[in-house]
Amino acid sequence: MRAEPLHRALGLTDEEAVQVERRLGRPPNPTELAMFAAMWSEHCSYKSSKVHLATLPTRGPGVLLGPGEDAGAVDLGDGLACVFKMESHSHPSAIEPVQGAATGVGGIVRDVLSMGARPVALLDPLRFGPLDNPRNRYLLGGVVAGIGQYGNSIGVPTVGGELKFASCHGPNPTINVMCVGLARADRLLGSRGGGPGDLLVLIGAATGRDGIGGVSVLASRTLDADAQGSRPSVQVGDPFAGKLLVEACTELVERGLLEGLKDLGGAGLTCAVSESAARRGLGAELHLDEVPLREPGMEPFEVLTSESQERVLAVVRPELVPRVQEVCERWGLSARVVGKLRRGGTLRVRAGGRVVAEVPARALTDEAPAYRRPLERPHVLDRIREDDPAAAPPPRSLEEAFLAVLGSPGVASARWVFEQFDSLVQGNTVVGPGADAAVIRLEGSVRALALSTDGNGRYGFLDPYLGGAHAVAEAARNVATVGARPLAVTNCLNFGNPERPEVMWAFAEAVRGLGDACRFLGTPVTGGNVSFYNESEGSAVYPTPVVGMVGVIEDYRLLSRTAFPSGNLAIYLLGETRPELGGSQYAEVVLGKVSGRPPALDLEAEARLHRLLRECAAGDVVASAHDLSDGGLAVALAECAVAGGVGFTVSVPDRGLPPHVALFSESASRAVVTARPGREADLEELAASHRVPAVRLGITGGPRLRFEGLFEVPLSDAIVVYEGAVPALMSGRPAAASA
Amino acid sequence: MTLRVGVVVFPGSNDDRDAMRAVRLLGGEAVAVWHRDGKLPEVDAVILPGGFSYGDYLRTGAIARFAPAMAAVRAFAAAGGPVLGICNGFQILCEAGLLPGALIRNRGLAFVCRWVHVRTEGAREGWPEGEVLPVPIKHGEGQFVATPEELERIEGERLVALRYSSSEGLVDERYNPNGSAHGIAGLWNAAGNVLGMMPHPEHAVDPDLGPTGGLQVFEWLFAAARAFAGARPQPAPV
Repeated sequence: MRAEPLHRALGLTDEEAVQVERRLGRPPNPTELAMFAAMWSEHCSYKSSKVHLATLPTRGPGVLLGPGEDAGAVDLGDGLACVFKMESHSHPSAIEPVQGAATGVGGIVRDVLSMGARPVALLDPLRFGPLDNPRNRYLLGGVVAGIGQYGNSIGVPTVGGELKFASCHGPNPTINVMCVGLARADRLLGSRGGGPGDLLVLIGAATGRDGIGGVSVLASRTLDADAQGSRPSVQVGDPFAGKLLVEACTELVERGLLEGLKDLGGAGLTCAVSESAARRGLGAELHLDEVPLREPGMEPFEVLTSESQERVLAVVRPELVPRVQEVCERWGLSARVVGKLRRGGTLRVRAGGRVVAEVPARALTDEAPAYRRPLERPHVLDRIREDDPAAAPPPRSLEEAFLAVLGSPGVASARWVFEQFDSLVQGNTVVGPGADAAVIRLEGSVRALALSTDGNGRYGFLDPYLGGAHAVAEAARNVATVGARPLAVTNCLNFGNPERPEVMWAFAEAVRGLGDACRFLGTPVTGGNVSFYNESEGSAVYPTPVVGMVGVIEDYRLLSRTAFPSGNLAIYLLGETRPELGGSQYAEVVLGKVSGRPPALDLEAEARLHRLLRECAAGDVVASAHDLSDGGLAVALAECAVAGGVGFTVSVPDRGLPPHVALFSESASRAVVTARPGREADLEELAASHRVPAVRLGITGGPRLRFEGLFEVPLSDAIVVYEGAVPALMSGRPAAASA
Repeated sequence: MTLRVGVVVFPGSNDDRDAMRAVRLLGGEAVAVWHRDGKLPEVDAVILPGGFSYGDYLRTGAIARFAPAMAAVRAFAAAGGPVLGICNGFQILCEAGLLPGALIRNRGLAFVCRWVHVRTEGAREGWPEGEVLPVPIKHGEGQFVATPEELERIEGERLVALRYSSSEGLVDERYNPNGSAHGIAGLWNAAGNVLGMMPHPEHAVDPDLGPTGGLQVFEWLFAAARAFAGARPQPAPV
């Protein structure tokens, strides 16, 4: 039997191996081949996605730094910049949930740090298989513990995210994480600063053998039955070292000692050095003997591709190196000069007194292959889309259907998860987890950030274009609901194997939808992440674009909250309800089907609603506001009631719709608000001026959720169902609602 | 007179800036004290803030107690200086032997971040008994334990400062978020100048962010600091 050629074992195709040789003009040595394999991996090179990502709108008046940096940045005014980025850590989390999730937090925090920002918030969009399966409970428990272990220890509040479930996420949990930071706009680092002669200083942990092949062996392949054998490719996190890096780097930035900073993440030192050089149009000299190692005898390729955590690479002017080392020493961190930027585009790596690799830096980065992979629309979708859940007979009991939807784990309270995260540290959390959007005040000001993450896998499955567009629209709606102006977007695109044409088609469609919605709503995409190969044995996750939205609110004291604050307030439904149950929570929970067409999306109407919601907050016209999403009107009203501990009486307008459709339709661009006493006419007038339909549904108050003429439920029962579902499932008992 | 409050910063401290911000919000001057400093600056009170000092990989507070700054804090407390330990600060005070008992993993085995109510006990200057304070907790290791003898002494000498309660002040296991013995959320030392507590008063002082149950804790700290500053020999005017 002949041994597999080295390039294949490293994850390169035969054609790519030929390309490597062509770029070098000679056959690569094994060290160089390992560097190419890491940098040309799907994870690092975006080779299957970049032709599509290039169509996204990335510019706008407020964009300071766009895609291509470790994280994007937008201008907040007053000399402040908001730096933010989302990433996935799904593959490692599926294999080792605690460390996989923990290192995901560490990595995204370092990305934001690398731009010169102090991390101020984390959000975790999480997707798992159903909780009646013990393995899914183990994964959720482990991921939450890992996020908590790392996030809580480093002093960055976790203020939001999502908790969703679908069978397709059983073998492939989808673990995304978003970090938001703040920087002085004039201190943003970016990757342009510095020049030839500047030194490369490796700061933080020593380099070990963990995480070798993380990008190529793990993140750029599907998880097969023997995936547990990949455990050594999962890195191990050290949150204490991560916390020290946060403090040391922020201090280095505040003192103006750095020309540039780069996280060591996927592909480790190879990626950090080659990108640092290539983005400046330079080359570099790298001395592996200077890299602090955890164990002797590491091969050059191991040092070059190790993904040991808690390391960053700084670009420093030679005369400032002692001051950089002084700050790092104070925080107990190693800071070693490992190389130098130099003219010419060559990256030369030395070890043991000889040159072990010599490659053009750009060949590793910008000149990585780009594929226009074949696309094919899966025809099976036609049949699934024709099966409209709105055409199914109404449920036997509206009350039972309501409780089942309210207590389904994708709708029910995620408190079990978010109470395990510190949401208060740093002392600026105005609105924490469990709301439409989290609100983080800008210190010393009444302005605040509004942050939300959103994605709907069912919509993505049924119509990936709409899935992409809805993710943007809903994230923006969430931000607008609290009273903020949506500014910009990051994203994480979670898909299956891009070598399969149906997966690639869905990806292209989702990016198109995302781009169209972002263009229309004026929220450019400043960066993001693509996570492919989320599939096992030919079965992929739903095409799931997840959007992270950053908005700004001018006066957080006027923000709108979900909770009904008191009784006797008039309740209004804003927006148009249509018979849209395709891909809805109701269809999945009550009818047991994911079918039909996702709700239509009129971006014009969406934008009008956002403006209305913002003016409602700023003018103090509303006492509460909550957007409608999974579970429609019925769930939104219940959530307002549960949050406030105040019941309601409403009559659901029929408009020719059967009651169950009116209650559970997921028509987009809608919200439920209550008017401040005496401001009802103002609200109606404001809605009319924005051409947003506003229907008075009823009034808050009382101990019951009363849907007049249909059914009523005691508020205390609704609280038990809504709050109790996830804890009950996690303890292995059936949820109350499905009993 | 502006009171000066030192906040010890350990590597791994997370709520140090938050404690300093609370001190300033209430009219005090906050001074950061670096963990390697063996001497405290001229301060009227000291706060040991929340976080994960030195990573807390061994046992919470177990390394921090050996920090040079802790020797200075110990001397400051012995001289009657008021010391407030919050969360990790409480854990450090117990490890350092300045307070009895220990804090171990929560009964539910998970980190808990949640608003709770605590009821005040052990009346003294600036600290009325029976107040119910809404404050947040956020910890994985906040279950207070002590030997039966220690618990007897704690109760006998009225060293309990705070117990978890309902919003009406009812102390009951239902409101105990971490399984602490006797529902203990905060403790005095015998002299009454050292207070350790798991809840975070520094996150409950700003009405823009939520309830303000933490104000009571800072009122005590400032009253004690004022008394301590008044009793200290003043440098002769220049």
